[in-house]
Amino acid sequence: MSTILESVDVSKHFGGVKAVNHVDMKIEKGDIFGIIGPNGAGKTTFFNVCNGAIPATEGKVYFNGELVTGMSLSQIASRGMARTFQNIKLFNYMTVLENVKTGFHMHTRTNMFDAVFTTKRFKRDEEYIVEEGKKIIERVGLTKFTNVRAGNLAYGIQRRVEIARALATQPEILLLDEPAAGMNPNETQELLEFVIALNRDGYTVVVIEHDMKFVMNLCRNILVLNFGTKISEGSAEYVKNDPKVHEAYFGKGATL
Amino acid sequence: MKLTNKIKASHARDYRSVLFVLAAAALIVAPIIIDATVHKSSYVIDIMVRILFYVIFASSLNVINGYSGQFNIGHAGFMLIGSYTGALLSTKLGMGGVWYWVAIPISGIFTAIAGFLVSLPTLKLRGIYLAIVTLGFSEIIRLIAMNWTAVTNGPMGVKNIPKIWLFGLRKTSSPMVIYYIVLVFVVLCLYSTYKIINSRVGRAWMSIREDSTASQSLGINVNRYKAFNFMLGAFWAGVGGALMAIYYRFISADMFVLDEGFNVLAMVILGGQGTLVGPVLGAVIVNLITEFFRFADEYRLVLYGLLIILTMWLRPQGLAGATNTVLAGQAITQDSSKKTAVDDGADA
Ligand SMILES: Nc1ncnc2c1ncn2[C@@H]1O[C@H](COP(=O)(O)OP(=O)(O)OP(=O)(O)O)[C@@H](O)[C@H]1O
Ligand SMILES: [Mg+2]
Repeated sequence: MSTILESVDVSKHFGGVKAVNHVDMKIEKGDIFGIIGPNGAGKTTFFNVCNGAIPATEGKVYFNGELVTGMSLSQIASRGMARTFQNIKLFNYMTVLENVKTGFHMHTRTNMFDAVFTTKRFKRDEEYIVEEGKKIIERVGLTKFTNVRAGNLAYGIQRRVEIARALATQPEILLLDEPAAGMNPNETQELLEFVIALNRDGYTVVVIEHDMKFVMNLCRNILVLNFGTKISEGSAEYVKNDPKVHEAYFGKGATL
Repeated sequence: MKLTNKIKASHARDYRSVLFVLAAAALIVAPIIIDATVHKSSYVIDIMVRILFYVIFASSLNVINGYSGQFNIGHAGFMLIGSYTGALLSTKLGMGGVWYWVAIPISGIFTAIAGFLVSLPTLKLRGIYLAIVTLGFSEIIRLIAMNWTAVTNGPMGVKNIPKIWLFGLRKTSSPMVIYYIVLVFVVLCLYSTYKIINSRVGRAWMSIREDSTASQSLGINVNRYKAFNFMLGAFWAGVGGALMAIYYRFISADMFVLDEGFNVLAMVILGGQGTLVGPVLGAVIVNLITEFFRFADEYRLVLYGLLIILTMWLRPQGLAGATNTVLAGQAITQDSSKKTAVDDGADA
C-alpha cells in the first residue's frame, strides 16, 4: 500500500503556544485513521495545517507524494482532500441541496456567460450536479431535508450535510473533525456504519474524535496527541494498551 | 406533510408568476396611461425613469454586498466611471446616436475593469477595511473627474451629450422613449443577475458570503470569485451610469458624491440584501419618499436615517429578506428538532 498523507516534523505555534510540536504521521491509502487526544491537544490545528487552512510554522506535508505545504486551502482541496469542521461551517442560508451543489464546484465549468445564455455547458452542469447531488443526499439519509435551509437543521443533521458537501468534491481523502459531536447514540452508530461504508467505497478517512469507543470501533490506526506532541501511534489495539495514552487521559496508573 | 408543502410551493410559484406578468404589463402601459391622463405627465415619467436607474444601481450593488458579502460603500465611483465613459465616448469620439448601442456596453466593460482593480485589495482586506477602500476609490474617482479638465471638462461637467438613436427611428431624449430603453436594461440586468445567482458562479459567491473557509475547502478560488463579483456589480453600475448621461444630457462630478453611493446602499439595505426583489423595492420606496418629502428638503436625510435604523431594528434582513413572504422567493421550513450541542474548540 502507498502513503496518501504524510507529515514530517510539523509544528504550529501561536505565539508562545506550541499547538502542534514536531509531529510525524503517515497515513496509508484506504485506511481509517484516528487522531485522538485530550482537549486542546492540537488535533484540529494539525488538521488545519495538513489541509492548508493555516500555514505550518515548521515541517512539511505530503499528499500523494506531492509537497503541499505552502499551498492554499483551495489548491489542496483541488488535489482531492476534503474535510468537515469541528464548529460546523455550513452555508446556512442555502438549502441542503445548494450546499451539496456548491461542493461540485471543481467538477463543473459553468461561467457567467454560460449562466446568462443558458448554454449547453450550463444545462449539462446543472443536470449533473442535481442528479449526483441528490444521490449523495440520499446516501447520507437526508432526502427529506433536500430543500431545507442548512441553518435550520439540528447539529447531528448538519454534520451529515457537511459530509455530503465534502463528498461532492469527490475527494480521495476525507478529514472529519469530531463528526459524532452533537449526535445521539443512534446517530453515532449510523455514522460509524456510514464511515465504514465510505471506506469500503475507496475513501481514505481520517477522524478526530473524543468518543473513545467510537474511535476504537472504527479506526485501524491511531495517532495520539497530547500538548501538541505525538505520544503514541499504531494499531488501535496497540494504542489502547499503551500506558502513555492512559496516562495522558486519566493520569498515571489508570487503565482503559 | 410533504405533499402539502409541495402544493404550497407550487401555489407560491403560480402566485409569483401571475404577479410577475401583472407587474410587467403595468410597467409597459403605465407611461402611456400617465401620458394620456395626468396633467404634468412628464414630471411623473421623469420620476419613473429615475426609479429605473436606481433599480439598476441598487441591484448591481446588491450583487456585491448582498450575494458575496463584500462591503462596497463607494458605488457612486462606479456609476461615475460608466457615466463619464458614455458621455465622453459620445461627445469626444462621436459615439452618440446609433453608436450608443456600442458605447453603453463599452461603458459597462470599462467600469467592470475598474471593478476588477478595486477588488484587488480583497486579496488582503475584508469587511470594514475593504469598505474604506471602496470609499476612498469613490472619492478619488470623483476628484479625478473634477480636476482632469483636459479630458473630463473639470468642474464644468460634460454638456450637450448627444441624443440616442432608437432603431433608426429618431434621435430622442423624450422621457417616454428613454423610459422604455432603460426598462429594457433593467430587465436585462435583473434577468442576468437571476441566472448567474442560480448557477455555479452565484453559489460560489454565496458560499463566500456564508463562510469563506468552507468555501475554499471546496476548492473555490475565493479571490478570483470576489473579483468576478466586483466586476459584474461594476458592469451594471457602469451601464446604468451611461444611460443616465444619455437621459440627462449633462453630467458633472458632483452628481456622484459619496452621498449618492450611500443613497444606493440605503436602498439595498432597506429592500433586503441578497434577494432579487429587495433592491427593486428599496429603489422604489426611497425614491418615492424623496419625492413626497421634497418640501422637507435636507430633513429628508433624517428620515432616511430613521428608516434605516428602524429596518435594522425590526427587519435586519430588509423588507424582502428571508421570510415566508412571496417577495422573499424562498420559504424557510423550520425543522422541529432544535440545535442541541454547544459549539466548542478553536478552529480555522
Ligand atoms: N488561532 C489560534 N490562536 C491561538 N491559539 C490557538 C489557535 N487555535 C488553537 N489554539 C490553541 O492551540 C491549542 C490546540 O488547539 P486545538 O483546537 O488544535 O485542539 P484540539 O485538540 O482540536 O482540541 P479539542 O478537542 O478541544 O477540539 C489550544 O491550546 C488552543 O487554545
Ligand atoms: Mg478540535
